[in-house]
Amino acid sequence: MSFEPKIVGFLCNWCSYTGADLAGTSRMKYLPNVRVVRIMCSGRLDPTFVMKAFSQGADAVLVAGCHPGDCHYQNGNMKTLRRIPLLRRTLAQLGIEPERLRLEWVSASEGERYQSVVNEFVEQVRKLGPLNLELDPSVERAAG
Amino acid sequence: MADEKLRVAMFWGAACGGCDVALLDIHEHILDVIEVADIIFWPCAMDFKFKDVEAMPDEHLDLTFYNGAIRNSENEHIAKLLRQKSKLMAAFGSCSHMGGIPGLGNFHDRKSIFETAYLNTKSTHNPDKVFPRTEFEVPEGKLTLPEIYDTVKTLNQTVPVDYFIPGCPPNPEQIWIVIQAVASGKLPPKGSTVGASDKALCDECPRKKTELKFKQFKRRHLVHPDPEVCFMEQGIVCLGAATRAGCGWRCIQSNMPCRGCYGPLPNARDQGAKMLTAIASHIDSEDPEEVERILDTLPDPAGYFYRFGLPLSLLHRRQRRNA
Repeated sequence: MSFEPKIVGFLCNWCSYTGADLAGTSRMKYLPNVRVVRIMCSGRLDPTFVMKAFSQGADAVLVAGCHPGDCHYQNGNMKTLRRIPLLRRTLAQLGIEPERLRLEWVSASEGERYQSVVNEFVEQVRKLGPLNLELDPSVERAAG
Repeated sequence: MADEKLRVAMFWGAACGGCDVALLDIHEHILDVIEVADIIFWPCAMDFKFKDVEAMPDEHLDLTFYNGAIRNSENEHIAKLLRQKSKLMAAFGSCSHMGGIPGLGNFHDRKSIFETAYLNTKSTHNPDKVFPRTEFEVPEGKLTLPEIYDTVKTLNQTVPVDYFIPGCPPNPEQIWIVIQAVASGKLPPKGSTVGASDKALCDECPRKKTELKFKQFKRRHLVHPDPEVCFMEQGIVCLGAATRAGCGWRCIQSNMPCRGCYGPLPNARDQGAKMLTAIASHIDSEDPEEVERILDTLPDPAGYFYRFGLPLSLLHRRQRRNA
């Protein structure tokens, strides 16, 4: 059986989620591997969400927000633009390929762009293979 | 328990001994402790044998302070044994609370640690490539050593823990408060973190804060920081924003930034992820390439963010993907 990547997508409410919605209402076909979580702004993305997605079985994480300059909250996406590179570096030290975390800008009118971003990313993750973290199930109980 | 003294144990797992010293740092209060409690087992300070503990009935001990992480079979065996013999089990100090400095071993594994320690360090001469073994036959009989594990665990990842006392080491004043609470029976609900504040260290820090912007990160040993001004504003990574207060800001007073030993704030699952957010949001650039250049001045971010807490973090360890 071929490997079907599980990808969690965090999309901002104002641009990227609407862009994904446009792809849907326009009946564009794209690969079904991204499970979408709508957040109000890409700047709301706490790196904890990404770590948690990986620790609970995601093979990759897609983060999408408004293009720089177009943020509904003026500069929320700028915080994301700074956080993702540091998060990638940290994940690399923890043995997770930085390519498994992708940041894209998708506006509300870019349904086609969402379609191509998803298709491209799924193929990229398929090549990387499953994440298969070595986590001991007994340890999650221990948050203290 | 009115007439009877409390029965207390203190044990060290994978630890440096600093926690045992911290318990003595309550100074003459230790005499007050002896008034209300009998120390039944404390290998660092007095001569006890494991078989004495094995011979006790279950729940014989009122309280065990366990300091140190779990990284070998002996740590694990004694943790399980003391849990069985104790009414209350407290994780004492950063190592048992969240892995601590030994938890940095989770960036590596047993094989690479052994190769570094017994082959590759400059001062090592080991032409026969001798590594520690768990068993060895000598004419007098069989010698044994505990088995080192690949992954360091916290105490609570090994046995259920009732209370957490954070700190590397815990602040003696806080230890005394906890001991008084135990003696008077006024303990918070099980699972609580005791001997610490629910606020961030930043909240209590007396340094001047104005505006935070990173153009460059600086390493503490290469600069002379102004003792009055926020470390972060001077470009030095300080974990105060993502760390519980309660330590009495001893490091800050000694002009050293917070390294995060009191662990994550209440309701924060991953201390490192929280610190990552706090730092990255204040990088002073909107150009992706410049952001990367600024980040190049911050070597080893995961080591900074998870200095004391890698085993407790969401990912627990470095993943060995192609091993």
